[in-house]
Amino acid sequence: MPSTNGHNTESQVTFLEAIKQAMYEEMERDPAVVLIGEDVGVYGGAFKTSEGLLERFGWERVIDTPISESAIIGAACGMSYVGLRPICEMQFIDFIVCAFNQITNFVAKGHYLWNAPAPIVVRGPSGGGVHGGPFHSANPEMYFVHTPGLKVIYPSTPYDAKGLLKAAVRDNNPVLFFEHKYLYRRIKEEIPAGDYTVPIGKAAIRREGKHLTILSYAAMMHNSLEAADALAKENIEAEVIDLRTLLPLDEETILKSVKKTNRVLVVHEDTKTGGIAGEIAAILCEKAFSDLDGPIFRVTALDTPVPYSPPLEQHFLPNTQKVIAAAKELARY
Amino acid sequence: MDKQLTRQQHLDLNYYMRLNRAVEDTMVKLFRQNKIVGGLYSSLGQEAISVGTAYALRKNDWLAPMIRNIGALLVKGVPPRDIFTQHMAKYTSPTLGKDGTSHFGDLDKLHIVSPISMLGDLIPVMAGVAIGSRYLGQKIVTMTWIGDGGSSTGVFHEGLNFAATQKAPFVLILENNQWAYSTPVRRQVPIENLADRAKAYGIPSYIVDGNDVVEVFTTTREAVERARNGEGPILIEAKSFRRLGHAQHDPAEYVPKEQRTYWESRDPITLYEKYLTDEKLLDAKSKKELEQKIDTLLSKERDFAENSPMPPPELAEKGVYCTGDDCHKIRPKWERPLSEVTPPKSSIAAVWTVEGFGSGKSSGGKNAPIHFGDTSSSAASPQHVEEEVIEEKLAPKAPAKAVAKKSAGANGKNGASSKSAKSTPSKPAKISSKSSVSAKSSAARRSPAGKARR
Repeated sequence: MPSTNGHNTESQVTFLEAIKQAMYEEMERDPAVVLIGEDVGVYGGAFKTSEGLLERFGWERVIDTPISESAIIGAACGMSYVGLRPICEMQFIDFIVCAFNQITNFVAKGHYLWNAPAPIVVRGPSGGGVHGGPFHSANPEMYFVHTPGLKVIYPSTPYDAKGLLKAAVRDNNPVLFFEHKYLYRRIKEEIPAGDYTVPIGKAAIRREGKHLTILSYAAMMHNSLEAADALAKENIEAEVIDLRTLLPLDEETILKSVKKTNRVLVVHEDTKTGGIAGEIAAILCEKAFSDLDGPIFRVTALDTPVPYSPPLEQHFLPNTQKVIAAAKELARY
Repeated sequence: MDKQLTRQQHLDLNYYMRLNRAVEDTMVKLFRQNKIVGGLYSSLGQEAISVGTAYALRKNDWLAPMIRNIGALLVKGVPPRDIFTQHMAKYTSPTLGKDGTSHFGDLDKLHIVSPISMLGDLIPVMAGVAIGSRYLGQKIVTMTWIGDGGSSTGVFHEGLNFAATQKAPFVLILENNQWAYSTPVRRQVPIENLADRAKAYGIPSYIVDGNDVVEVFTTTREAVERARNGEGPILIEAKSFRRLGHAQHDPAEYVPKEQRTYWESRDPITLYEKYLTDEKLLDAKSKKELEQKIDTLLSKERDFAENSPMPPPELAEKGVYCTGDDCHKIRPKWERPLSEVTPPKSSIAAVWTVEGFGSGKSSGGKNAPIHFGDTSSSAASPQHVEEEVIEEKLAPKAPAKAVAKKSAGANGKNGASSKSAKSTPSKPAKISSKSSVSAKSSAARRSPAGKARR
């Protein structure tokens, strides 16, 4: 339960627990924060991220909805207009596209067009590797990175998940918050007691290195670190950067690292075409062309839907071995 | 004289309809002079709907207009200059030139939400404003409009269904002008009365003659107050006719001549002014004064718009994000004690229960609430009411006839009488005598990651 874990620094906290704590503490802190989504109340959410919130905060603040993603986003937007700060849960982030128009045309454009900020958070479980199949494994972040007016966050650790979700709730803009479900119960971390936030739009250097820079986020962050460990044994020192926020992108941290290592590998679980790697490659060509000693490498998922059968999905997804192979090739430049 | 309305109300309705038409006439002139940058949409012949519905709202209520609801904006207090500058893409417009037409709003003072061009999206948004305000303890009602065409969108269904499950204090005006661009209503919807769609959501509906401003106003006023009293959303279908094309570029040659002639003979302003004259509320002199008042106002407003600068090009770069301390000034205006929304008294009582629901191990016991009503309901005064037959309260008695009958309902005298579906207030099926029943959490019930599909 959030109420107990929030004050227990001794225990390691899962990614999922960190999300739960963030919501619980934000709702406790500010009565304007409400949660709206499918099965978030009585059931506590499909992954139990909102377990206990209904008992604590009641029916008006923990709102179970019909299966109507556009209504969830629309209603949250309307609630934000009277000063509330709704958190919307997409049961699986795949379903966020059902509300695509509401998010990209209504919510995202409001501040630019008529000075109406919509401080809502849309969060939900994303990503593959859990045999969820083509409609429960998506990484749809780039649809939204292409939408001015939104912020897009995709954390990789429990500490960041909690701090960034809190920052998202307090941000005055609509924030999309992707939670990689592979990480939900697989990683644990000690996080500090009490309130803290992690700034939106700031990348984190997870490992220092001088031979090449690996840029990644979410579950692939952990594969990248694993790869960096293996590479170190072969005397290739990779600097690993966790992007954390995809929009706005922390160009400063990326450029600084590239100046030092002169080689860049981008690793993401999203499909290749139109993934953030392409955008980063373009930015580096514009702003750091003379710093580059070789081409920008990409390790990504295949340009296909996410297949269901384990051998197919494994083939589809990037993994540590693929990162190592790409890094070694890049290091030769 | 219609006893339901004061003299002032009659004169106001007429003033706003006149103003609505004059503003749009002015814009047609501006359009022909190439002073309007984009498209120009007309509500000619539908002014009674925009004006009559918006006039039924109170000051603190919220509305969100559609493209043909200039009249509603005027009633809410938007100055005509805002409408002119919007269409002319001027720097002085409410959106500083970033958007046109009725696409602007005012969250702080007038409580107007801007529309977007995709139809139906305002419905869940205004449902959200409604339940958000209710949570804050405000007794407000929200309203938006949708066309016959827009009522076929998916988000119309999602929004209205959601509003109904929440019993949101929300009124939806379905403006049936019989044409969605070039497609007649009969090719969009295989039912006679669009108000019948309310049945699917278990909410009351009305059908009104959209060219009869008194009927529109009195019916909407009743609906708005019912919604305010916690009866949930209400749908009003206002039958009318789009007298011009989809926009200025469209000559609308697909419209049958007889249909056009019929509706032109039922002009809402002509009908109403005849009624006002018969009732001695308007004479030649006061009519002339009214025209002059509007002329003077609009020539001033138009001058302002024409003399306004275009926006500086670099403005295009600004305002994508809300940044800085001053950017987001919307604070929740609590009108109920915070103690009501903080633990342990964290919720209003649930008023709808379903037998047996909640008897499962994870649902918190028998008769767990699945629906809550307005904030005035409280567990302290439990009462049991008989379930009523939904059919009765929803079925419109003589709907289409109100419009189809030649000149019937055409003047204000017949106004309220042709109103259909005078339903009795809807009541919750059962009222729980318990205070809010919460779900019990259980660490035992886990679903493995990736397996929980719907």
